[in-house]
Amino acid sequence: MTTTAVKPATMASALQRALRDAMAEDPSVHVLGEDVGTLGGVFRITDGLAAEFGDDRCTDTPLAEAGILGTAVGMAMYGLRPVVEMQFDAFAYPSFEQLISHVAKMRNRTRGAMPLPITVRVPYGGGIGGVEHHSDSSEAYYMATAGLHVVTPATVDDAYGMLRAAIASDDPVVFLEPKRLYWSKAQWSPDEPAAVEPIGRAVVRRRGTSATLITYGPSVPVCLEAAEAARAEGWDLEVVDLRSLVPFDDETVAASVRRTGRAVVVHESTGFGGPGGEIAARVTERCFHHLEAPVLRVAGFDIPYPPPMLERHHLPGVDRVLDAVARLQWETES
Amino acid sequence: MKKSSTSVQELPGAAVRRPTPPPAWQPRTDPAPLLPDPEPFRVLGTPAAAGADPALLLRLYTELVRGRRYNTQATALTKQGRLAVYPSSTGQEACEVAAALVLEDRDWLFPSYRDTLAAVARGLDPVQALTLLRGDWHTGYDPHEHRVAPLSTPLATQLPHAVGLAHAARLKGDDVVALALVGDGGTSEGDFHEALNFAAVWRAPVVFLVQNNGFAISVPLAKQSAAPSLAHKAVGYGMPGRLVDGNDAIAVHTVLAEAMDRARRGEGPTLVEAVTYRVEAHTNADDATRYREDSEVQAWRAHDPVKLMERELLERGVLDEAGIKKAAEGAEVMAARLRERMNAEPTLDPMDLFTHVYAEQTTQLAEQAALLRAELEASADPAPSGDARDAGSTGGEAAGERR
Repeated sequence: MTTTAVKPATMASALQRALRDAMAEDPSVHVLGEDVGTLGGVFRITDGLAAEFGDDRCTDTPLAEAGILGTAVGMAMYGLRPVVEMQFDAFAYPSFEQLISHVAKMRNRTRGAMPLPITVRVPYGGGIGGVEHHSDSSEAYYMATAGLHVVTPATVDDAYGMLRAAIASDDPVVFLEPKRLYWSKAQWSPDEPAAVEPIGRAVVRRRGTSATLITYGPSVPVCLEAAEAARAEGWDLEVVDLRSLVPFDDETVAASVRRTGRAVVVHESTGFGGPGGEIAARVTERCFHHLEAPVLRVAGFDIPYPPPMLERHHLPGVDRVLDAVARLQWETES
Repeated sequence: MKKSSTSVQELPGAAVRRPTPPPAWQPRTDPAPLLPDPEPFRVLGTPAAAGADPALLLRLYTELVRGRRYNTQATALTKQGRLAVYPSSTGQEACEVAAALVLEDRDWLFPSYRDTLAAVARGLDPVQALTLLRGDWHTGYDPHEHRVAPLSTPLATQLPHAVGLAHAARLKGDDVVALALVGDGGTSEGDFHEALNFAAVWRAPVVFLVQNNGFAISVPLAKQSAAPSLAHKAVGYGMPGRLVDGNDAIAVHTVLAEAMDRARRGEGPTLVEAVTYRVEAHTNADDATRYREDSEVQAWRAHDPVKLMERELLERGVLDEAGIKKAAEGAEVMAARLRERMNAEPTLDPMDLFTHVYAEQTTQLAEQAALLRAELEASADPAPSGDARDAGSTGGEAAGERR
């Protein structure tokens, strides 16, 4: 076994390596989806898998998302561990009935007799200049469905570690891949990947004392950048990367907010009915007496995802985060 | 027509003839071998019945009689409030029974919500098969035990599961076929089309049986599909379609057995349409007189699957009055036992609500389980004290308010 030196790797290559390692270790792991075989996926996450493991392990399916996920249910019933690729966030919607009525519920309705270890990979979110239907943040739909795990990595280490954990999970996992981070790089060794926190735990990415930015996925780098910029204003911001939306790590989040006394939730999906409302409510229930200001939300506008030439106005950027941080000086405003 | 062709000729350059190169792709097969015979396949009452195996006929008859009794008993249980709802398959027993008996032990059945009878004929405990409809749990059995998937309430969504399971079995080298049941209404759903397409492309060992019982609740077939028959839909996917008299149990068994053999040989899926009729209303909650004439129902009663089989067996001397009595008595014993067991209140544990949501309970569910446990303990306590409030330890205000 050769050891690959630690060198820059992209999130895309870490995800690809996670699939390859999972398939090599467990013959029951099967990858299926549109274009995942010969093409290697439109984002090349499945590149080389069909060549290495054969068409039966990495299968180009007909173009039909309900069929892809529905057949994966049957495959899981027979003891396989399907990893399904939904090509883009908004393309997954035809599969929602399978996801909600069967994938999420099969363990429950059979009293544990028929768990479905399915991983649904969904490249999600904007910021890559995609045209309509290629940039949705659909996490709130998944979060609202009991029986699903909903996770999203923001680092190269997590991309590898969390995908391995998702595939190994005996429960269905909606694995949201922030597509604008696919080409983000980090020092990474595929043969000695760093240990990562298990699914379900949040991680403090930056320690701080003035306020907590609670975020996940594509907004994590935005918040880290905002935290650096805020130092000039005298703010020392803590950044919590949720990593997992379901289950939700109340403990890490509440501990952080109790330390800092202020919180802003940052995500790019719409704010109304979005994840931020749930998160703000949970923080308020647990930390009310520690809060110096209301929990604020910085989210995408409540609009259908805009055309690419306007998306920079929709996506929460550093300035919008800093504006929210400034509003946390609640007592001076009245 | 004439006018437009004139105007084309008047266009500049229209007189220049340039041969159009043919498309580089051509349809690849003659659809004829895939097309169903227009007349539904029948055995009972035809000379072909002489060739049928008497033992199989007798077995089908016994199951038909039991199945009819099961349907009437379950319907009676809805009137007594023992079942929340029962979608009767009275009139369709031949399809249900043939579907169950055609399967080998290792094969899988994928039933819809109306196919309780097929699951029971497959060997499932009748009470466990009715759990969904009684309302004590969604699926009352372990699907692996008899290889019967959960009864599917959403329409046609179980069909891609059957395809995936059959595909997985073949990948593992197992000699397993999946048989999936769907109604005529279900053939309009997207999942029906996606399942058939996947099955044909993958040559999955799966058989689809459409029980065309005439109505999707109140919508008749003519408003459901413009196809010559539902079996014709097979051709577009590249699999054979077969049309069979759904009230002729031996015909359904014969056609399904051929399709199962074909799938087992690795020759791919088949779509079978069984033409039958739902004699009862959609469920006990439906009023069928609003959308169909009694004369139509009576015409179908004359083509009753139990009577058709009984007549055949009597004429051929395989069955006599004593045999009929024996089958009826066996069915009565089953019905009495079912009644007795269904009259017993099921024992429910409310904490089961949280047990099977995830492999490991999340902290959120653990908190909610603690809330329910506290509520249960408080309601069981004749003189509740303030302690129960702390027992919940939910971290929220809800537990206190409920007290």
